[in-house]
Amino acid sequence: MAVCIAVIAKENYPLYIRSTPTENELKFHYMVHTSLDVVDEKISAMGKALVDQRELYLGLLYPTEDYKVYGYVTNSKVKFVMVVDSSNTALRDNEIRSMFRKLHNSYTDVMCNPFYNPGDRIQSRAFENMVTSMMIQVC
Amino acid sequence: MEVAAGGGCGTGPPLLLSDSEQQCYSELFARCAGAASGGPGPGPPEGTRVAPGTATAAAGPVADLFRASQLPPETLHQITELCGAKRVGYFGPTQFYVALKLIAAAQSGLPVRTESIKCELPLPRFGMSKSDGEIRFGNPAELHGKKVQIPYLPTEKNSHKRMDDEDKQQESQSPTMSPLASPPSSPPHYQRVSLSHGYSKLRSSTEQMHPAPYETRQPIGQPEGSSSEGPGAKPLRRQASLIRSFSVERELQDNNSNYPDEPWRITEEQREYYVNQFRSLQPDPSSFISGSVAKNFFTKSKLSIPELSYIWELSDADCDGALTLPEFCAAFHLIVARKNGYPLPEGLPPTLQPEYLQAAFPKSKWECAIFDSYSESMPANQQPCDLNRMEKTSAKDMADFPVPTQDVTTGDDKQAANSGLLHAPPALPPRPCPTQSEPVSEADLHPQLNRAPSQAAESSPAKKDAIHAQPPSKPIRRKFRSENQTTENQEPAAAVGGAASAAMVKPHPTVQKQSSKQKKAIQTAIRKNKEANAVLARLNSELQQQLKEVHQERIALENQLEQLRPVTVL
Repeated sequence: MAVCIAVIAKENYPLYIRSTPTENELKFHYMVHTSLDVVDEKISAMGKALVDQRELYLGLLYPTEDYKVYGYVTNSKVKFVMVVDSSNTALRDNEIRSMFRKLHNSYTDVMCNPFYNPGDRIQSRAFENMVTSMMIQVC
Repeated sequence: MEVAAGGGCGTGPPLLLSDSEQQCYSELFARCAGAASGGPGPGPPEGTRVAPGTATAAAGPVADLFRASQLPPETLHQITELCGAKRVGYFGPTQFYVALKLIAAAQSGLPVRTESIKCELPLPRFGMSKSDGEIRFGNPAELHGKKVQIPYLPTEKNSHKRMDDEDKQQESQSPTMSPLASPPSSPPHYQRVSLSHGYSKLRSSTEQMHPAPYETRQPIGQPEGSSSEGPGAKPLRRQASLIRSFSVERELQDNNSNYPDEPWRITEEQREYYVNQFRSLQPDPSSFISGSVAKNFFTKSKLSIPELSYIWELSDADCDGALTLPEFCAAFHLIVARKNGYPLPEGLPPTLQPEYLQAAFPKSKWECAIFDSYSESMPANQQPCDLNRMEKTSAKDMADFPVPTQDVTTGDDKQAANSGLLHAPPALPPRPCPTQSEPVSEADLHPQLNRAPSQAAESSPAKKDAIHAQPPSKPIRRKFRSENQTTENQEPAAAVGGAASAAMVKPHPTVQKQSSKQKKAIQTAIRKNKEANAVLARLNSELQQQLKEVHQERIALENQLEQLRPVTVL
């Protein structure tokens, strides 16, 4: 369902980024990169309020003519960005939320691995499989 | 044709061999003798023993051949004695032929007597007479190229029948010190290419329990202690090829093992070894090892970090950043497999799943193992215990020390269970995961002397499951939950009044039985406490140092702050 999924670290460098290989990957990378500004904006807007009440799911960050970009940020400022096809109108907000939740859970599993140093690229096979399952439905 | 069985033997009737027998025997003898010259196994160690002019079959190939006959070891020893090789110390042609004839007799069901060989007998059957030689020759070449393997075998044999206690101690100590480095005492043992060889060898070693190969393995590289077998064992000494080749035989024959090609199945000996290793890191087998401790431990295996990361991913089924005993065994097993050259599987094999492991090896066995090997393994594990303790900064493991000692000495179950659970380390906030069903009522149904560990065992997985059902919670909630669990355990336990009292009677006889062990247990407990004290003192000094450093840093920072603050002096 998703066309591109990215996990961005707190310092705004990618821990994991993967897109369906049909199109130019660089375009997706660029989209994710630009979405980071939007994410920061949303975080800082809410940050003045109580941080605890900030919801993790950020919703639609910005739409383009072909794609929509959704964002999700964890309490440790790790961001998940998902790009979905605009033509896929069947995708509802709830589904996006559940996909982000799955991503978050898998990410937590990766963190639980003592051999994983926070800040490394994510190379866990379980994580990859989970992401593949989310992306494969496009094709 | 007649071959006089005199000469070397002295006694024994003349041997009547038919043509086919003669042919077969001479071929086998030639192969054994030829293998002796070509293979790594030396002939009789004292070369002067060889009678001039006769060829001798080296004991190694001969022993392999005998074992290939699939006779029980006692029979083989009887045969060895009868044929006279034991007396003279080597297998000359006469001894060899007599032995073969006796093997044929035994295989036909006749008793092993010299009279048996007088009659017509079929040819003795050997499991793999043809391919013996090639395999034996093939192996040594492979051997020298391979890295030395993980010596899980010595410890496992140690935990089973073992002639010498000192050897056992020595061998059990060295693996625990550096579990994944080879002890110098057993270098040539386990340079196996594929794990299945080792596995079937393990199985066969437990099931057949040859005293002779034990002897051979024992003195390899070590001072010869036992050799109660006498000359029968001497020719079999220093035959590293013996072990390899008979393990290959085992694999090909596969009459002892039920699971020929399943490298992912943990055998009993390996299980013991893993449990011992677990205990060296974490005295309470029902609790778990934290991620950092496990990381340090597994890093010693010298596998690459991505591989270790993947192995962790496979084995930590509930993804909580800590390893319970079955998870630890699975992880260790995967590491062993990887070191033996097995590619890591895509998913956790079913035989390594925690549920399977827990079902296959019931907890009561582990807890009995606590008492059995507690006093033995504790002295051996003190050292690595301390080394590992020093790496940990949390005091929770220190607190775990009194818990097992209480179990051992007082048997005051509930209090011990309480303290144990309260000190159980919640490494990371638990995650919503599919829960495993572990009936809490098991604690009531299995009252034992070691009820506390069993309660801890059942309630901690149950506690973990209960926590998993909740959203990620803080550690405080976990302790609270654990208290609930223990109260729940206590209430039904108290409610089952009659059954409980009857069950309490059961532990008492067992207490009395173990009264002799209690002194030892108390002594070990005292030792443990002393060690714990020493460790805590060291920890204290380290923390003091750190505190000093932090103070200094703070002072430095405050100075900087002073400097940076604009000075408003009016």
